[in-house]
Amino acid sequence: MNMETLSGSQDLVIESEMMVEMYRRMLLIRKFEEAVFDVYRRGWMPGLGHLSDGQEATAVGVCSALRQDDTITSTHRGHGHIIAKGGQVEKMMAEVMGKVTGYCRGKGGEMHIADVQLGVLGANGIVGGGIGIAAGSAFTARRDGKGRVSVAFFGDGAINQGIWYETANLAVLWKLPLIYVCENNQYTEFTNYKKLVSGEGLVARAQAMGMPGVEVDGNDVLAVYQAATELVERARRGEGPATLVCQTFRYGGHHVGEPGTKYRSKEEIEDWKRRDPIPAFEKILVNDGVLGPNDIETIHEEIEKRLAVAVETARQDPYPDVSEVNQHVYA
Amino acid sequence: MSTRELSFAQAIREALDEELSRDPDIMVLGEDVGAWGGVFRATEGLFDKYGAERIIDTPLSEEGFVGLAVGAAMTGMHPVVEIMFGDFITLVMDQLVNQAAKMRYMTGGQIKVPLTVRATMGGGRSSGAQHSQSWHSWFAHVPGLKVVVPSTPYDAKGLLKTALRDPNPVIFFEDKVMYAKIKGPVPEEEYTIPFGKADVKKEGSDVTLIALSRMIHPTLAAADLLEKEGIHAEVIDPRTLTPLDEETILKSVCKTGGAVVVDEGYNRFGVTAEIAALVAHGAFDYLDAPVERLGAMDVPIPFTPVLEFATIPDEEKIIAAVHRILDGRRR
Repeated sequence: MNMETLSGSQDLVIESEMMVEMYRRMLLIRKFEEAVFDVYRRGWMPGLGHLSDGQEATAVGVCSALRQDDTITSTHRGHGHIIAKGGQVEKMMAEVMGKVTGYCRGKGGEMHIADVQLGVLGANGIVGGGIGIAAGSAFTARRDGKGRVSVAFFGDGAINQGIWYETANLAVLWKLPLIYVCENNQYTEFTNYKKLVSGEGLVARAQAMGMPGVEVDGNDVLAVYQAATELVERARRGEGPATLVCQTFRYGGHHVGEPGTKYRSKEEIEDWKRRDPIPAFEKILVNDGVLGPNDIETIHEEIEKRLAVAVETARQDPYPDVSEVNQHVYA
Repeated sequence: MSTRELSFAQAIREALDEELSRDPDIMVLGEDVGAWGGVFRATEGLFDKYGAERIIDTPLSEEGFVGLAVGAAMTGMHPVVEIMFGDFITLVMDQLVNQAAKMRYMTGGQIKVPLTVRATMGGGRSSGAQHSQSWHSWFAHVPGLKVVVPSTPYDAKGLLKTALRDPNPVIFFEDKVMYAKIKGPVPEEEYTIPFGKADVKKEGSDVTLIALSRMIHPTLAAADLLEKEGIHAEVIDPRTLTPLDEETILKSVCKTGGAVVVDEGYNRFGVTAEIAALVAHGAFDYLDAPVERLGAMDVPIPFTPVLEFATIPDEEKIIAAVHRILDGRRR
C-alpha cells in the first residue's frame, strides 16, 4: 500500500487510501450542505438549516483520528461531524425533511441527528449541550478500559458556557479520555467571537485548567488530523483530556435564509474562501499523485448522484404516522 | 416476613447498597457523598465498601457532574447523583430538562438515559429561602422524566430500588426533615415498589386527603384527630408524580365526594393545582364542595420559625380544610 508522508509533518504517515476517504467525506459534507440549502429553498423541509460548508476539514480531520467505537457529541451545526464519523446521508436527508425513514424518525430534525451505532451521541440544539454528555461518555470509556475516547465538538459560542469549565475541571481531575474540539468559525451567531471572549482565548484557558491546549488551521485537514491524532492517542494512553481549537469559517449565515453578509465584510468572506479546505486538499492529493484530475471528477459525480438520489428518495418517503407522537418519550 | 425499624436515611442507604452490589454499572456521585458519607448520612459506609471509583466525591459544580452523569447514562452506566439541597437543582436544569429528558425522544428511540437524581426538598429547619424549597412539580411538568416523592422508609427503599432498575431519568425527592426523624418498618427481604401505584394509607368514606412526601405525616395525624370527631378521612399517598395513579385518586374522590390536596411545594401551578384539576375533571359529578388546595404559601421560605411554619401545611390547616369541605356539603 502506498504510504504518504503527512504534509508539514515528519513523523506521521497516512495511507493514501485513507486520504482519499478523507477527501470523499469532505466533499460529501460540502455537497450535502449544498443539497440541504437547495431543499430548504424549494420548501421541501420544515424548520431551518444550520450549514457547515467551509468547515469540512475540522470535522473530517478530527473524526479520521477516531475509531468507530469512539463517541462524538455535536452541535446545532452538526451535519459535517456526523458525515465525518461515517453517517449515512440518505438517513440524514430524510431526517432533515422530517420523514420517518430519517435517523430519528423525524422527531429530531436537522439539529438533532444521532447515530448511536456510529458513536454519534447526538447533535445538540443547546450551545455547549453536548459537552456534559461527552464528559460522561469519557467517564464510561475510562471505566471500560478499552482505550475508547470521547470527542466534544462545539463552536466558539460555547467557549463561555459554564459546562466547559465544570467538565474541564472534572476531566483533568479524573484523567478522562475527552478531547474538546472547538470549531471556531469566528462568529457566535452574528457577533465576532473576539468581542465575546476575554484574555487569550480557549487555548490559554485549557492550559490554565491543566490540560494541553492546541490551536491549528482548521481548514488544513492534514494539520487537524495530525493534531487530533496526537491528542487522541494521548487520551487513549490514559493521559487525560485536551483541547483542540480549529480556526475555520462558515460560508453561509448562522442559518439558511440569513446570508451572513451584514456582520461579515465581503473581504473577510473572500479571504476565507481563498483558503477553502477542499481545493487545498485536492491540490495536495494531485501533487502527491494520490488522485488524478479524472479521479476527482469521478468522485464529484458519484457524490452528486448519490445526493440527488438521497433527496429524491427522502421526498418520496412517508412522514411518521401521527400515532408515533407519544412513542419514545420513555424507554 | 421479618422487619426492623429503619430511619428514612438508612432505608435510602440500604437501597443504594443492595443495588450497588447487584449492578456494577451503578455509581454514586455528589458533593461529600464519599468518605464523608453525605451531609444527610444517606451514603454512609458506601465509600468504604465500594471504593472511590463507584462512590465519587465531586467538586461543587452541579451542572458539570450532572451533565457527566447524563452522558455516562447514555453510554451504559446507571449513575445516581445526589443534589445535596434540592434548591441547587436550578443549577442543572439544562442537563435534566434539555438533555436527559429529551434524548430518547429526539433520537427516535435510539438512546436510553438510566439516570437517578436524588434531591432533597422540604422546609421546617430554619435553613432560609435557598435551602428549603420543594421543586418536585417542576420536573413533573417535563415529559421524559419520572418523579418520585416517597413518604416512609419502606417506600423510599422500594421506590429507589425501582428507580435504579428503570431505564429512564428519575428525579427522586427526599424530604430532608424525614432522614433522621421518620422511622418505620422495612422488611429484611428484598422488595421493590412499582411506579404509578398510589398507597391508600387509611380508608375512609367522608373525604379524601391526598398528600405526598413528608406531608403524609401531618395528614395522617389530622385524619386520626378527625376520626375522633366522627369524620372518616381516606388518606392517599400517590408516591410518584410521574407516572401518577389517577385511578386510585379518582376512585376515592368518587366515593367520598370531597378532596384536600396537601403538598409542600407551592400552590400556584403546582401539585395541588394539578391534582385539583384532575379531580375537577374526573370526579366532577361526585364533588360536594370545591377541592381544597394546601400547598406551601406562595412566598420565599422565611428563616424565622414563626414565619416559616406559617407557610407550610400542618395538621391544623388540614383539619380546617376538611371542615370547609364538610360545611360546604351541609349547605
